[in-house]
Amino acid sequence: MNDLMLDQPILQLKGLEKRFDLDQGFLETVKLRKGKFVREQRSVHAVNNVTLDVARGEALCVVGESGCGKSTVARLVAGLLHPSAGEIHYDGERIDDRSRKSMLPLRKKMQMIFQNPYASLNPRMTIQQALEEPVRHHNPLLSRGEVREKVADVMQSVGVDPLWSGRYPHEFSGGQRQRIAIARALTVDPEFIIADEPISALDVSIQAQVLNLMLDAKEQRGLTYLFITHDLSVVEHFGTKVAVLYLGAVCELAETTTLFANPKHPYTKALLSAVPQLNDDKPNHIRLKGEIPTPINMPSGCPFHTRCPSANNRCMTEKPRPLRQPDGSTVACHAVEENRA
Amino acid sequence: MSLLSVRDLTVKFAMRDDTVTALNQISFDLAKGERLGIVGESGAGKSITGFSLMNLISKPGFIDNGQILFDGEDVAQMSDKALRDMRGNRMAMIFQDPMVTLNPVLTIGQQMVETLRAHRKLSKAEAAQIAIVKLREVYIPSPEERMDQYPHELSGGMRQRIIIAMALLLDPQLIIADEPTTALDVTIQADIMELLLELCQSNKVGLILITHDLGVVSQMTERTLVMYAGRIIEAGKTREIINDPQHPYTQGLINALPQQTLPGQKLKQIPGTMPSLTAIPRGCPFSPRCQYAVENCRNTLPEVVQYAGIEVACHEVKRLHNDRLEQSA
Ligand SMILES: Nc1ncnc2c1ncn2[C@@H]1O[C@H](COP(=O)(O)OP(=O)(O)OP(=O)(O)O)[C@@H](O)[C@H]1O
Ligand SMILES: Nc1ncnc2c1ncn2[C@@H]1O[C@H](COP(=O)(O)OP(=O)(O)OP(=O)(O)O)[C@@H](O)[C@H]1O
Ligand code: SF4
Ligand code: SF4
Ligand SMILES: [Mg+2]
Ligand SMILES: [Mg+2]
Repeated sequence: MNDLMLDQPILQLKGLEKRFDLDQGFLETVKLRKGKFVREQRSVHAVNNVTLDVARGEALCVVGESGCGKSTVARLVAGLLHPSAGEIHYDGERIDDRSRKSMLPLRKKMQMIFQNPYASLNPRMTIQQALEEPVRHHNPLLSRGEVREKVADVMQSVGVDPLWSGRYPHEFSGGQRQRIAIARALTVDPEFIIADEPISALDVSIQAQVLNLMLDAKEQRGLTYLFITHDLSVVEHFGTKVAVLYLGAVCELAETTTLFANPKHPYTKALLSAVPQLNDDKPNHIRLKGEIPTPINMPSGCPFHTRCPSANNRCMTEKPRPLRQPDGSTVACHAVEENRA
Repeated sequence: MSLLSVRDLTVKFAMRDDTVTALNQISFDLAKGERLGIVGESGAGKSITGFSLMNLISKPGFIDNGQILFDGEDVAQMSDKALRDMRGNRMAMIFQDPMVTLNPVLTIGQQMVETLRAHRKLSKAEAAQIAIVKLREVYIPSPEERMDQYPHELSGGMRQRIIIAMALLLDPQLIIADEPTTALDVTIQADIMELLLELCQSNKVGLILITHDLGVVSQMTERTLVMYAGRIIEAGKTREIINDPQHPYTQGLINALPQQTLPGQKLKQIPGTMPSLTAIPRGCPFSPRCQYAVENCRNTLPEVVQYAGIEVACHEVKRLHNDRLEQSA
């Protein structure tokens, strides 16, 4: 491999957009505008012009409030959804316009883990069957013995006794199930893992087990992660880089240490101040006033202006562009640009 | 006198094969206006504790033993009328999912007015006035208009604030909030917690806050109960429990938080998982996962003792505390 390839980001999102058209009856889409009837399709603007790179070995965390488009980004990258506009490049090759079939070789390199451990495992398959399936599928030449061996290795590596391979998912606890789901993703030696809130449904004590497992895989196999979460303490611990989403747009993108030490976007500041601290008697977070907009009725200008404490007239009409800051972060905010945030 | 006094409360569930014990000899008190946190992992018995206080345990569950005194009255002995009065008027519960409480086919106004009129002699107009005042107290913008809206027309954060307004409607003495914000975002969660704290403090309302988030407990409560496998294993001042937990399980919970480890380092995980209720180990229920367990732990159940101002159920508490002191010296 030459240097050029090493430097190339493993994943690139370029102006990514996703709209979902709302189901409406024909009559509901017909509106009277300036004396004329026109057809208007209402849609959810779930992802809006997202541009970012993920370097090899990096753990990019995507954070933001419920409905801001985190899962949609993950599903777009995994090829489970097609973008409305924009491009996705993997290893330098465009993948968003591929058919399901031509995505297959990529499936092995790229694995997805979901929030709900029930959703990731088929309830009617034993753990052995669930783990064997992807190994066989991606390595058709392995003998039965080799497949068994590989499955046992993987179970061991996630701390689940291979003797239990004949059990069904419901016979395991949530944490064990999620570790098995991760094991399943690891069986095919992927290089890229998309994890959509993999630990949110788990207890604190179990979250640590699963997070450790993912950290191990990162170190030992040099994995790259796209990690979706709403827990900022997990981000600070696990992420190398953070993208903060608001209404489907990236408002701040920075190295994790930079973001936590020096958040710049007003939304990022509010988000960080809202994290309840262990050694703090009083909440002292930035209280956001104003209406929370929906991705159906997108506000004009900056998507955050209805709640932003620094909003001015410009914010209501002009969309802020992502601008590179001296410390390497990228921020989309007029106040930051004007040095008044 | 305390507002609430729970003694040796034991709740069981009659299952097909055998009877499981979900709450085992729980005892605690709550003073008027006091804020208490209940933490512990999934299945520890936190919600069942809350339901018991409201006398909401139903088949196959039953209260096997123990007593709950609310303002000196035995909840189990109350007539249906007294119970209804207690649930609405004096004690209110906020659930994790607002849709459990909200009726999807009634407007916010209809539900609030109905609740008020079921408990007080008020005209519709008077009840509506009170409802609007309560909505304003929880910072619902343009409350008059919200009165005519249906639950599904509101955001999750707004729904949860309406639930809080409804809980406050009849000026209760105690609010039991069961994971009231887990379904919400951090920024909205912070708003709602701050609001709840403010309302409890200014109206001297007691609060029992059930959560798995130790950060939230730390900000919201004065005292904390830590539950494990149906028992209270540690209880005391929140600040002391968080700064210097005595029980190995509580220590494990706090140490497992990402904030307790340098970024990128392995987290300090508690090995194993909480036992299922059908297979609670002999002796100390935490012993299979406890790194300090000794022979005695596997045979005898540790009793709750007072230690360093904290109530704790651990045989080895004194030795472990001394070891920690020595280490830090
Ligand atoms: N298939 C779909 N059809 C219509 N709207 C959708 C669809 N999938 C997602 N949406 C909408 O797109 C927006 C973004 O959803 P998404 O699931 O990506 O949010 P999220 O950030 O993952 O939220 P959460 O934290 O709650 O999981 C939401 O408004 C959601 O309602
Ligand atoms: N209807 C029921 N039938 C049988 N067992 C039950 C029933 N409801 C609760 N339990 C059991 O009682 C125990 C305590 O449940 P509880 O709901 O109080 O847990 P919790 O601490 O609130 O957990 P979580 O954090 O998951 O909400 C659990 O082991 C649960 O399986
Ligand atoms: S652009 Fe304006 S409204 Fe948007 S975040 Fe910056 S200051 Fe606030
Ligand atoms: S009693 Fe023994 S097993 Fe239980 S917590 Fe204490 S030291 Fe650990
Ligand atoms: Mg999601
Ligand atoms: Mg519960």
